[in-house]
Amino acid sequence: MSSTSGKMMQSSIGKKLLMGLTGLFLVSFLIVHCLLNSFIFFNDGGLLFNQGAKFMATNPIIRAMEYVLFLGLIIHMLQALILTMQNNKARPVKYVMQGNEANSKWYSRSMGLLGTLLLLFLIIHLAHFWVKSRFTGLPGEDANGNENLYAVMQDVFHIWWVVVIYVAGVISLAYHLLHGFQSAFQTLGWNHPKYTPTIKKIGMFFSIIISLIFALMPICIYFGCIK
Amino acid sequence: MSHGNMNLTLKIWRQKSDKEKGKLVTYPVQDISPDMSFLEMFDVLNEQLITKGEEPIAFDHDCREGICGMCSMFINGRPHGPKRGVTTCQLHMRSFKNGDTIVVEPWRAAAFPVIKDLTVDRSAFDRIISKGGFISVNTGNAQDANNIPIPKTDADAAFNAAACIGCGACVATCKNSSAMLFVSAKISQLALLPQGKVEATARVKNMVAQMDEEGFGNCTNTGACEIECPKGISLENIARMNREFYVANIKS
Ligand code: HEM
Ligand code: SF4
Ligand code: FES
Repeated sequence: MSSTSGKMMQSSIGKKLLMGLTGLFLVSFLIVHCLLNSFIFFNDGGLLFNQGAKFMATNPIIRAMEYVLFLGLIIHMLQALILTMQNNKARPVKYVMQGNEANSKWYSRSMGLLGTLLLLFLIIHLAHFWVKSRFTGLPGEDANGNENLYAVMQDVFHIWWVVVIYVAGVISLAYHLLHGFQSAFQTLGWNHPKYTPTIKKIGMFFSIIISLIFALMPICIYFGCIK
Repeated sequence: MSHGNMNLTLKIWRQKSDKEKGKLVTYPVQDISPDMSFLEMFDVLNEQLITKGEEPIAFDHDCREGICGMCSMFINGRPHGPKRGVTTCQLHMRSFKNGDTIVVEPWRAAAFPVIKDLTVDRSAFDRIISKGGFISVNTGNAQDANNIPIPKTDADAAFNAAACIGCGACVATCKNSSAMLFVSAKISQLALLPQGKVEATARVKNMVAQMDEEGFGNCTNTGACEIECPKGISLENIARMNREFYVANIKS
């Protein structure tokens, strides 16, 4: 048997590998992002949070990682687009009656939709914070003399519909990860009767907890629990 | 069949050929025994159609005991109907209620073009197999079985993978029309055994390349295939194929 010399990354499995690796990389970013933002729960007028934000904005390694992060997100979205287009082509005539609700979770079948919602949310989110802190400038400094990113948060999250958009964005994230986390391990080839149930539990726990923490940020600020 | 006691409304996909458009046609059937198989119910209907001078419905079948994998029917939105672990020929009419409306469609995938009515061309699977779903070593005389010890767990996993009958239900139910479950079963049954390991690298690369070439979609791990597979082929096989594929591409 002689072997074809196809390019691995152009094969269906290679593309899925990229999806999975970039997805898990984005998950690692989420953890850092969530930890840092949780500083606002100290309820110290954002002093600690602004300190953390300053570190992130000035540390050269973090600065470099920002490019890697955007690259990862772009690869993830590009592969999602290519895979989804190929998948649509693979069934040109649809079923009149499709009973998929009996054999799979709706969110596992809606990764493209959930991802698109996430993207829309990300654009709004970046416009709120990233663009201001990187380009258009922040409104003054806090008591420690750090740039006051926290003041932007207070501003933004006092508008009710912004809070609604953030909560909706975070719900899309929760469902995206509910399938995505364990799916990435399957894609990487890590399916084992002993470990897979644990991976699935960790994935479910992680998706729900991280989404709850993120959702609490705008909610707490809106209702004035955090000043 | 005089004591049948089910009346049903069937909506069946009729399509003259690959080239022509198809549509659902409604056929009422009476006096169906709950102990009939789904295919026997089709036999009854077809006899009625023939008697009336109409064209009978083309559908695939052969063994009628769940081993050949021919009886492809997408019944009420699910391959082989609502029951788990059965093919259409093993599906009894008692799985339905008197008065039910049942929609029957062919497998739908670009890689499985409709031949006529409910029959589809699954030769894409054959072409994938021809790229490496075999071992090409000369076996010579049978040697002593204990010469090649195989761990029981590997033997069991290989045997379970080998239960795949190539029916294509996994492709039919998958939202992406992915053939990963089928191909992974065929790769696993050989990759786990010493005889198959000799050509494992070329096998996985060739079979995956052919799978992509045939126009099957990309797996998104929804797990629908595993639920609908009449032979209980598990997602572990897909993970194993992914591992085999990565290792093969690192090696050569
Ligand atoms: C913070 C943002 C994101 C994270 C943490 C994330 C995470 C993940 C993970 C872990 C997977 C599973 C990969 C696999 O099964 O191997 C995944 C799949 C997917 N993601 Fe994302 N993702 C994010 C954003 C996006 C965006 C913005 C889009 C679309 C524009 C998107 C579209 C998809 C699609 C379509 C899949 C399914 C692909 C598949 O399972 O084959 N994701 N994501
Ligand atoms: S894996 Fe299961 S559903 Fe797919 S072809 Fe084999 S037996 Fe049929
Ligand atoms: S006719 Fe052979 S499996 Fe159904």
